[in-house]
Amino acid sequence: MSSGSSLLPIIAILPFLGALIPGVMIRAGRTACASFTAIPTLLALVMLGVLAPAVMRGEVIQAQIEWLPQLGLSASFFLDGLGLLFAGMILGMGLLITLYARFYLSGEDPMGQFYTYLLLFQGAMLGIVISDNILLLLIFWELTSLTSFLLIGYWKHLPEGRQGARMALAVTGAGGLAMIGGMLILGNIAGSYNLTDILQQGDAIRASDWYIPALILILIGAFTKSAQFPFHFWLPHAMAAPTPVSAYLHSATMVKAGVFLLARMWPVLSGTDAWFYIVATTGLITMVLGALIAIFKDDLKALLAFSTVSHLGLLTMLLGLGTKFAAVVAVFHIINHLTFKAALFMSAGIVDHETHTRDIKRLGGLARLMPITAAIAMTAALSMAGIPLFNGFLSKEMMLDAASETVWAGSHLAVPVLATLGALLSVAYSLRFIAHVFLGPVRDDYPSKPHDPPFGMWAAPALLVLFVVLIGILPATIVGPLVAVAGGAVIGGELPYYSLKIWHGFNAAVVMSVIAVAGGLVLLALHRPLDRLWQVAPRPEAKVIFDWLIEAAAGLSRRFTEGLHNGAISRYLAIFVTASVVLGYIAWSGGGLAAPDRPMLPVPPVVAIGWILLAVATALVVTMHRRRFQALVLIGVIGLMISAGFVYLSAPDLALTQISVETVTIMLLLLALHFLPKDTPRESPLALRARDGALAIAAGGAVAALTLAFLLRDFAPISDYHLANSYEGGGGTNVVNVILVDFRGFDTYGEIIVLGIAGLTIYAVMETLLRGQAARRLRNTAYAQDRSRDRHPLMMVVATRAMLPIAIVVGVYIFLRGHNQPGGGFIAGLVVSIAFLMQYMASGFAWAQARQRIGYHDMIGWGVVIAGLTGAGAWLAGKPFLTSAFGYFQIPPIEEFELATAMLFDLGVFLTVLGAVMLTLYSLSRIARYAGETVNVEPMDYDPSQRVAAIGKGDE
Amino acid sequence: MELIVASSVGVLTAGGVYLLLRLRAFPVILGLSLLSYAANVFLFASGRLVINAPPVLNKYGEAVYTDPLPQALTLTAIVIAFGMTALLVMVALGAFIEADDDRIDMTEADGAGAASRKDGAA
Repeated sequence: MSSGSSLLPIIAILPFLGALIPGVMIRAGRTACASFTAIPTLLALVMLGVLAPAVMRGEVIQAQIEWLPQLGLSASFFLDGLGLLFAGMILGMGLLITLYARFYLSGEDPMGQFYTYLLLFQGAMLGIVISDNILLLLIFWELTSLTSFLLIGYWKHLPEGRQGARMALAVTGAGGLAMIGGMLILGNIAGSYNLTDILQQGDAIRASDWYIPALILILIGAFTKSAQFPFHFWLPHAMAAPTPVSAYLHSATMVKAGVFLLARMWPVLSGTDAWFYIVATTGLITMVLGALIAIFKDDLKALLAFSTVSHLGLLTMLLGLGTKFAAVVAVFHIINHLTFKAALFMSAGIVDHETHTRDIKRLGGLARLMPITAAIAMTAALSMAGIPLFNGFLSKEMMLDAASETVWAGSHLAVPVLATLGALLSVAYSLRFIAHVFLGPVRDDYPSKPHDPPFGMWAAPALLVLFVVLIGILPATIVGPLVAVAGGAVIGGELPYYSLKIWHGFNAAVVMSVIAVAGGLVLLALHRPLDRLWQVAPRPEAKVIFDWLIEAAAGLSRRFTEGLHNGAISRYLAIFVTASVVLGYIAWSGGGLAAPDRPMLPVPPVVAIGWILLAVATALVVTMHRRRFQALVLIGVIGLMISAGFVYLSAPDLALTQISVETVTIMLLLLALHFLPKDTPRESPLALRARDGALAIAAGGAVAALTLAFLLRDFAPISDYHLANSYEGGGGTNVVNVILVDFRGFDTYGEIIVLGIAGLTIYAVMETLLRGQAARRLRNTAYAQDRSRDRHPLMMVVATRAMLPIAIVVGVYIFLRGHNQPGGGFIAGLVVSIAFLMQYMASGFAWAQARQRIGYHDMIGWGVVIAGLTGAGAWLAGKPFLTSAFGYFQIPPIEEFELATAMLFDLGVFLTVLGAVMLTLYSLSRIARYAGETVNVEPMDYDPSQRVAAIGKGDE
Repeated sequence: MELIVASSVGVLTAGGVYLLLRLRAFPVILGLSLLSYAANVFLFASGRLVINAPPVLNKYGEAVYTDPLPQALTLTAIVIAFGMTALLVMVALGAFIEADDDRIDMTEADGAGAASRKDGAA
């Protein structure tokens, strides 16, 4: 392709990079800010200029940056005639708007913000027109919705601005969602997400069964964006935006995006009856309806807004006709509409700026007070009306020409008549704009004395009007080549016969045009009585309907949400369990289950007894759960049985873990229960318990069936790899431990972080609790007084003291052998915690705490850091994170032993587990202290030696 | 043996779900403990049941080993389940101490009027 292809992505990214500048440059003043906003736009425009000659020669410039090629995701751009036309309009108008806004915005408006939004929006628009990948296009499409929301709602203090912005976002955003669906279908049919590929496959797409759904979804996206009936209502409400925004969004960019898409997809989607009847009819209705409403709008910008709606309808209709000639006319009219409509918006902004009103009824006679503005505005308005010598005339003539030959559902008259009516109404509102604002006598009651603005403000519209006239007089010279190359890109083939000139000879279009102008003049003359009629006539108010719809949708979803999520957790859980069981059943009944091929293992009597214990304990927990202490004891029985099961079923590591976790959990629950009620009151009625029971049995039965189903079937595990590489690769024979610290070390690393966070969260909850009124409540509550008088019994103190070193040695042993025999950091951490726990139980937490040197927070932190650094150490050796290294050493007289970096990692695990467990218990003991628990000074309550001394003293 | 394990998982799940649907915090915590037992055994059992074949490599000869991967996953699951239970206990405790009530079936409407009703109930 062309040598300039690398420029395309740069053009696409420039506005986004540039968006960072205005916020900073605003400190250097408003002019500097505006200048620096212009730079990225200008740069992009220059680059576009570099690429333009090649495109004008008919080349297509492509650039592609692969991202996920397997999924068809790439950042690919292409520039053809249509893209060049739109990119030029977006960037050129962007420059003019930047200049205009510099003078339009007042000192109170945050200008830096405005320019940032403007550049973001410009970047999004530019992205749409040069994207090759349709998924990328969709992203830019949504970005325009979001950034236009910011721009329309720029005047945050105005409720109309906020409402208008929300409405635009809701309508165009919803359309965007529909379009995503349509585009995905399209990509699926074509087998590629690249526009350049899709455009080649028009026949296959039109023949597909999915053509109609795709067409409708894409059209919804285009119609919402381009404000086609019945989605037209958002556009007038978006007029609450500052005028530069309106001029930009509604002439060259936002609303043209829909038209652009119709043009882009024209070779693929058009040419069918569905396309003709949906698109052309919608366009025709929109054109007439928009023009009709525009006549009776008194707000200058509202009038222009509805005229925009009408012209967008015209463009849509042209593209909908499906003929090559009409498509070229559409391209031509896109250029013309841009020039006169942007100039008109800017003039309206100047009028508003100078007179402080946009109400046509309060204006008139401005031609004498602000001649320059009047000249600009009147020229542009005449072009909009379609008067000869101005560019609007040319495209209108060609439009009427195209319409005059169209047959709609067998009728030769429907389209020509309606098109003429649209043109007639268009003449009426355009002339009204001239007559009621600029002509007539000078008034003496303007809210502010009007005069022409400074050059900077009228320069931009003046330039545009210059184009209006130049194109109007010398169309073929000025835009002929551009129309040809852009039109060629739209239709994707030979250009039809057309000629851009003022006089085509006496044909049907001339007659229709004359009728339109004459009728428009009559309408203008009759405006006053008609206006009175219009104002009293009942008509649907779009905003009311929209608000009602939104309200209804919000109400419906609120009712639905509140019905499911009323705040009671038992309800969510019941719904969740039911849904899981039902979904599981549906999946189950889908079939496809192979016959069982794994023989059952025999059941020795000991195992049967264990099972009975487990089942009975579970049943008892359920039946007597309201007596909380007893329930805890039973939970302990269940845990023990499960540990035994692990031992039996070749899982020694799990058994060790389960039994130590069990101990810690039960202790924790016991501690917590101290502050909770000891009994659960019977609250749920019998019916509810029956329902829950049924649900529980269903869930249990389902899970049991599922478990049995896979237990009876063999499968090919992936763990052969682990078994084979554990010793050579990980340096350990305990495969479970090697998996934990090596193969899946990253998992483990995440897990210890989660555990650490849980510990810290518990600490934080406790701290918050003890700061609030809970602390007072704790102090004032009398907790159970039936506790033992001998809380720290002698025997226990002595026994635990003796056991502490033994338990720690066991912990160290389990830790050290973990790599090769059952054990490891997790289990060692739990075992050592239990050793410490025993000290706390024997002599009280505070007493033990006073003898504790290392903080638990530090343990958690160091644990995570050590594990992380060990993993990162592998980078030094040029290996991926957490690759372990190991070696065998011999120091006489000790037997040969192994050192592995995995051991360091396991040390991190050990420290984190220890820290988290201890921090949890520490938190609970803090609460106990607030509740009036005293701090022991002595390790035990009754010290026999002191007691003897006391008795001895008593005897004396 | 397979029946024993499957039915144990089923019994634990049933008990867990029933307790989960109670209206006070403490039974819900008990229910979650039962459910985590069930989940852990379920996860472990996905490696199929093998007797006398712990996944500890034997240097001195060929041996059969059970699937170690589910065991490793279950091991971390057990520890994480402990962390989550502890957190839940703390939150439930905090809620009880703050509100003097460990009901958990309060709707949002109830929440607003909880203070007044609680006084009435006491």
